[in-house]
Parts: sequence; C-alpha cells; structure tokens
Amino acid sequence: MKRVIEYLRSLLLLELAAGLWLTLKYLFKPKYTMQFPMEKIPRSPRFRGLHALRRYANGEERCIACKLCEAVCPALAITIDSAPRASDGQRRTTRYDIDLFKCIYCGFCEEACPVDSIVLTDVLEYHFEKRGENILTKPKLLALGDRLEASIAANRAQDAPYR
Amino acid sequence: MTPSPDPIIFLWTLGKILLIAVPVIITVAMYVWWERKVIGWMHVRMGPNQIGPWGLLQAFADVTKLLMKEIIIPTNANRFLYFTAPMLAVVPALAVWAIVPFDGGGIVLSNANAGVLFLLAMTSLGVYGIILAGWASNSRYALLGAMRSAAQMISYEVCMGMAIVCVLILTGSLNFSAIVEAQAGSKGLFDWFWLPLLPMFFVYYISSVAETNRLPFDVAEGESEIVAGYHVEYSGSVFALFFLAEYANMILSSFIVTILFMGGWLSPFQGWHLGWLSTAGWWWIGLKVFVFMTALVWLRATFPRYRYDQIMRLGWKVFIPISIAWIFVAGLFRYFGVVTIGH
Repeated sequence: MKRVIEYLRSLLLLELAAGLWLTLKYLFKPKYTMQFPMEKIPRSPRFRGLHALRRYANGEERCIACKLCEAVCPALAITIDSAPRASDGQRRTTRYDIDLFKCIYCGFCEEACPVDSIVLTDVLEYHFEKRGENILTKPKLLALGDRLEASIAANRAQDAPYR
Repeated sequence: MTPSPDPIIFLWTLGKILLIAVPVIITVAMYVWWERKVIGWMHVRMGPNQIGPWGLLQAFADVTKLLMKEIIIPTNANRFLYFTAPMLAVVPALAVWAIVPFDGGGIVLSNANAGVLFLLAMTSLGVYGIILAGWASNSRYALLGAMRSAAQMISYEVCMGMAIVCVLILTGSLNFSAIVEAQAGSKGLFDWFWLPLLPMFFVYYISSVAETNRLPFDVAEGESEIVAGYHVEYSGSVFALFFLAEYANMILSSFIVTILFMGGWLSPFQGWHLGWLSTAGWWWIGLKVFVFMTALVWLRATFPRYRYDQIMRLGWKVFIPISIAWIFVAGLFRYFGVVTIGH
C-alpha cells in the first residue's frame, strides 16, 4: 500500500515543482554580476598587485641593495646585482629584475624591505604582448613607482595604524 | 501535393515558404539569446549584455562567427555522409513548419488532412541526421552520442505517439486546424484538451523535451561524459545547421504542444465575453508558444541530466503504461460524450 501511495505521489511531480519554484525565485533576484571594466570591486589598501620601486621626495631612489627581498622571496623571482654608484660611491643596485611569471604576490619582499622601497601596488590589470616583457627591470619598476606614487602613499598611510 | 507547372503559383508558394522559414530562423536566433538570458538570470547572472541593446544581437554575432569558421573534417570520416547528416537534420526540422497553423482561417502553408502523420514522419526523419552524423564522424564520442540519441528518440516517440492518439480519439481528425477548432467552446481554457488529457499533456510535453534532446534528457550531448555527442566533430557552418535544427525543433515542439493541448490560437477566455481578450488570434498562439519555449529553458536551468537507464525506465516503464491507460480513458470520454468537441 505504501508503495502504491509513493508511486501515485511521484506522478504529481512534487519534487520537480519544488525545483522549478526555486529557480523561478532566482530569476527575479538581483544579480551579483560586476560589469568588470565599467564597474570595479573596491580594493583593499593592502592589495598585492603589480610591483614598483619607490623614491624619496627629493627624487633619490630608496633601494639600498640590501638584497633582503631577494633572500626572502620564496619563488626566487627577484634578481639583484649591486655596485658602488659612480657619482658618490653609495651602494646601489645595478640590476633589479622581477620575473612576474615566478612571482606569487606573497608580499614578503615588501615586508622585508627596511626602506619601503619595493612595494606591491593595487594595479591588477596588466598584460604582456612579447616574450621577455614578464621581466620587470629596474627602470620599469622605478617608472611604475613614479607613476603610482600618489596611490602607493595613500594606501600606505591608510594602512599605517595597523602595521 | 503535385507540383504545379504554373510559375505564379510556384513563386507564390515559394514566397509563403520564405515567409515561414525566415521568421523561424530569426526566432531561433532570438531564442538562443533568450535562453542564455533566462538561464543567466536563474543563475543570478546577467546573461549576454554587450552586443546590441541588452545583448540582443549576441546570437547574430555568434552565427557570423560560426559561418566564418573553418570546417574541419576528421581523417577517415565518410565525407558524403558527413555533409549529408546536417542537411538531414535541418531539412525535416524546417519542412515540418509546412503543416503548423498560425491562426484560424487557414493561415498555414499546407492545411494537410494528415498533418499529424506528416509531423510524426518528419520528426522521425530527424533521427537519421543525428545517427549519420555520429557514424560518419569516425569518432567514439560521436558514435556513442548518436546511439544514445537514437535509442532515446525512438523510445519517447512511442509515448509521444500515444499521447497524440488520445487527442486524435477526441477530435477524430488528423488536421491541426481541426484539432484546434475542436477545442473551441464557451468554458474558456477549460475547453482545451489539457484538462481531460492532463496526464497525457505532461507525458507529451516531457517526451517532446526528450525528443528534442534537451536537458534534462540531453545524454546525446552529455558534455561531461561524451563531450558533445554526435556533433563533437562538427565545426563552423555544419555545426550551425545542427544547432538550427535543434532549436527549430524546440520551437516546433512548443507549437505542437500548444496546438494539441493548449487550444492553439484560441483565447483562454473564450466564451467569457471579455471583448478583445476573448477573441481568438495569432497573438494567443504566439504567447502560449513563448511560455512553452521559456519553460524548456526553465527546465534546463533547473534539472540535472538524467542517467541513461533512468531515461529508459521513465520512457518505457512509466510513460508508456500511463499512455496506454489513458488511451482507454480517452476512448471512454469519447464514447460517453464527456468532453465537448467544438462549439
């Protein structure tokens, strides 16, 4: 008898109706989609995106070639060569390469840096069109730092109380 | 149906064919857009919204892309059958539209007396396109998809045919216009055949979903198991033909279920004296077909794919016994005059 009732109940398609009712409710719900290029999700000041090398306000580059970032980098993405600078003999980098294919954006380099030179900016929209462009060289990193200094400084200031 | 030597009648018929075929193809394009939109909404997404206003031109962009793509023929494929198969799929899918009435007063290309037979014949021919596509591709996935599809379409054609037989018992006619007229009356939508034949209405609708290889019965395509089934080796415009055939069949099955069970172009308020609401017209069939087409998309967005043995079980062990029982019930309805036929 129970099986007969079960069979007759199954003919009413109640489970199917419940499923259809659920999808119908979702049809009218507000959509989660973020229309990416036009709309952007707000980014945390701690966001770890593209790298940059910063300068002091007087235009002097911050990096002192201590190589702490190179040492801490878990992906071995940073390569640094250093030499005394020709003009004043200060210890400076002659080569500062970051391989973006190796980088895992962990932010250890930024934390290791004693002079806040290497930073991760909140830029996440970038691409390469030629082989080799994945290597960020020192001039490129410094140019990025110059271009993005305002937002880098603002993000650091915002996060300062928590550091 | 003898071909007339009169060129004017020939051109006139050709014009009428174009008048049906071109809107069908445009509806297919818009249906693809609507399907993606509705499924997107049900997934709490937006669906296509970049090309044209609300993404309306998305389907046309896709078609343009498909037509410009290269047709890749698999090695060892049977070239003749490989190219015949998509035509075998699309020609019946478009040819059936000859007997689909859109309004009363003979707004139909061919008001054939054996329209239902023509429908069954043509929809059955569609299977050949799929089987040949699967076989000629010389690919395992394609062959598996073709075999699944063939078995499924043949099983569901049985109960589909029985559901149609119930309608035929009540109307006593194989003519689609006569079937619609038989549902006219003064009790509004309760005069339509869905009420006396309620189980058959569901059996027919679900079978027609299976017949068009749509979710939840799309094991023939089964993306997760056999990639794309019978059309896995097709690309470019030949794939577009399969696509066109599938969607044209979906629209057709919505039309047929409307005509057989939902009163075709009759108003759901017929006989209730509500002015223009109670008058029959093509807008009613359009509205009903739109509802059924959306329901197909709705089913797709809701249900997971049936397992293959479950499909067979549903077809043979559930639908066919119910259909046989209801043929008997329909006969009794007819014999005792329970259902009013016509006015």
